[in-house]
Amino acid sequence: MNEALTLLSFGDAGWGDEIARGVLVTVSLAVATLPFGLALGFVLALAKKSDDPSLRLAANIYTTIFRGLPELLTLFLVYFGVQIAIQQGLRLIGVEAYVEVNSFVAGMVALALVFSSYASEAFLSAFRGIPQGQYEGGYSLGLSHGKTMRLVILPQLIRLALPALGNLWLILLKDTALISVVGLSDLVRQSGIAARVTKEPFLFFGIACLIYLALAMISSVGLSRIEHWSKRGETER
Amino acid sequence: MSMPSTNSASAASAQLPPPPKARPWSKSRILGHVLMALWIVAGGYLVYYLSINIASPFFQKYWPEYVDGFLVTIQIVGWSLLIGAGLSIPIAIARSSRNPILNGLSYAYVYFFRGTPLLAQTFLIYYGAGSFRDALTDIGLWWFFRDAIYCVIFAFSLNTSAYQAEILRGAIENVPKGQWEGGRALGLSRPVIFFRIILPQALMVALRPYGNEIILMIKGSAIAAIVTIYDIMGETRRAYSRSYDFQAYIWAAVLYLFLVETLRRIWDRLEARLTRHLKR
Repeated sequence: MNEALTLLSFGDAGWGDEIARGVLVTVSLAVATLPFGLALGFVLALAKKSDDPSLRLAANIYTTIFRGLPELLTLFLVYFGVQIAIQQGLRLIGVEAYVEVNSFVAGMVALALVFSSYASEAFLSAFRGIPQGQYEGGYSLGLSHGKTMRLVILPQLIRLALPALGNLWLILLKDTALISVVGLSDLVRQSGIAARVTKEPFLFFGIACLIYLALAMISSVGLSRIEHWSKRGETER
Repeated sequence: MSMPSTNSASAASAQLPPPPKARPWSKSRILGHVLMALWIVAGGYLVYYLSINIASPFFQKYWPEYVDGFLVTIQIVGWSLLIGAGLSIPIAIARSSRNPILNGLSYAYVYFFRGTPLLAQTFLIYYGAGSFRDALTDIGLWWFFRDAIYCVIFAFSLNTSAYQAEILRGAIENVPKGQWEGGRALGLSRPVIFFRIILPQALMVALRPYGNEIILMIKGSAIAAIVTIYDIMGETRRAYSRSYDFQAYIWAAVLYLFLVETLRRIWDRLEARLTRHLKR
């Protein structure tokens, strides 16, 4: 037991600080991906509920692809694909160079692609939960299309979409583990290094799992706070 | 002269539906057509790219390995889902029992496997088993944990059993209590009520989440490649590391999309069949 505590301590003897840095990378990757994923998902949901069939089809093809591909494969496609695309682009203008894509950015792009395709479904079903009368009410008050969207629809949309988006956030947090495969020093990779060096794999991967659990618990508390906040208009009843 | 002709014209127009309104080229329609044009170009290029590459040395050399990888993926997913389904039944029963110990334990199990990444679970079992090598050798289980494929199937089974238990519990609790009481009033025994009345209704609710779980498992199984299994993803990585040819990943994407889409379509059919009495 004491031995395990020494291994987990901060400083030179233990791996606590390395693992803490890994946690920081994991969390910042998820947090950095979230706004892009949400924004792209929202735009996709707008496209999917548009009157125009071609726009709907275009958005549906996007979701079919990124929900059907394994996240790991999407990551490799982005990581190696972008690398090769940049190299070929450079070759066209006569520069021969080896380009390495930042694994954090590649992870962000891949996770945002996956997240947005799921988020668009969450937004879409939330849109379906808002009656047409809400739009008409906004217009009859003389609000423009953009203002109706921002002041009338969006607050209700967030409330309706929150439970599904909360689930997607938890999935995103877990999916960040995959980025360790392309060399980002996240929680899983740091624990893996510690496990290899100390020959205590069960201890370190167990710790990694527990940290993920803790992150999920913290997220659930935060999410239920946000949900409570979004429902503050209903609490009086 | 003019009167009857307008009359007949109006009568004719009353019978015929009005001609469809010309759809204006609104912003969203232009955007939609541009995006669709991009998809069509991309799709066309993909088909062209794949068709010229069928004769390439890469494809000639590696296609048998992709077939092997495909079979390995199907085996991993199939076994994991089957074992997971078996495990999920006692867990679901424990989850809905009133015994606090059983309930708490099963809750912790489900929470653990749903709250941590599958990759970390796989590492925990595959590499973590090494920490207990002596103990495992003593009880004669080391051969099991030494082999990556058994570890992967073991990890995936535990993972999917947690998800499946939740699906099962949700679906059975979703069937109203009156259905049990109705069955009892007809003098049916409990197993008959369960299998003929409760389960068909529960399956209707559970079908969609089960389908999603299978798809998640197919996608998740790509993780097996990281612990040295040569499934589709593993063969792809090996082929790429030997040839540095990006088409390795394109073929994998096509295979996975084909697998997932086929399954989704089968599942839509199945759902239509199970809910055929609800159709109007």
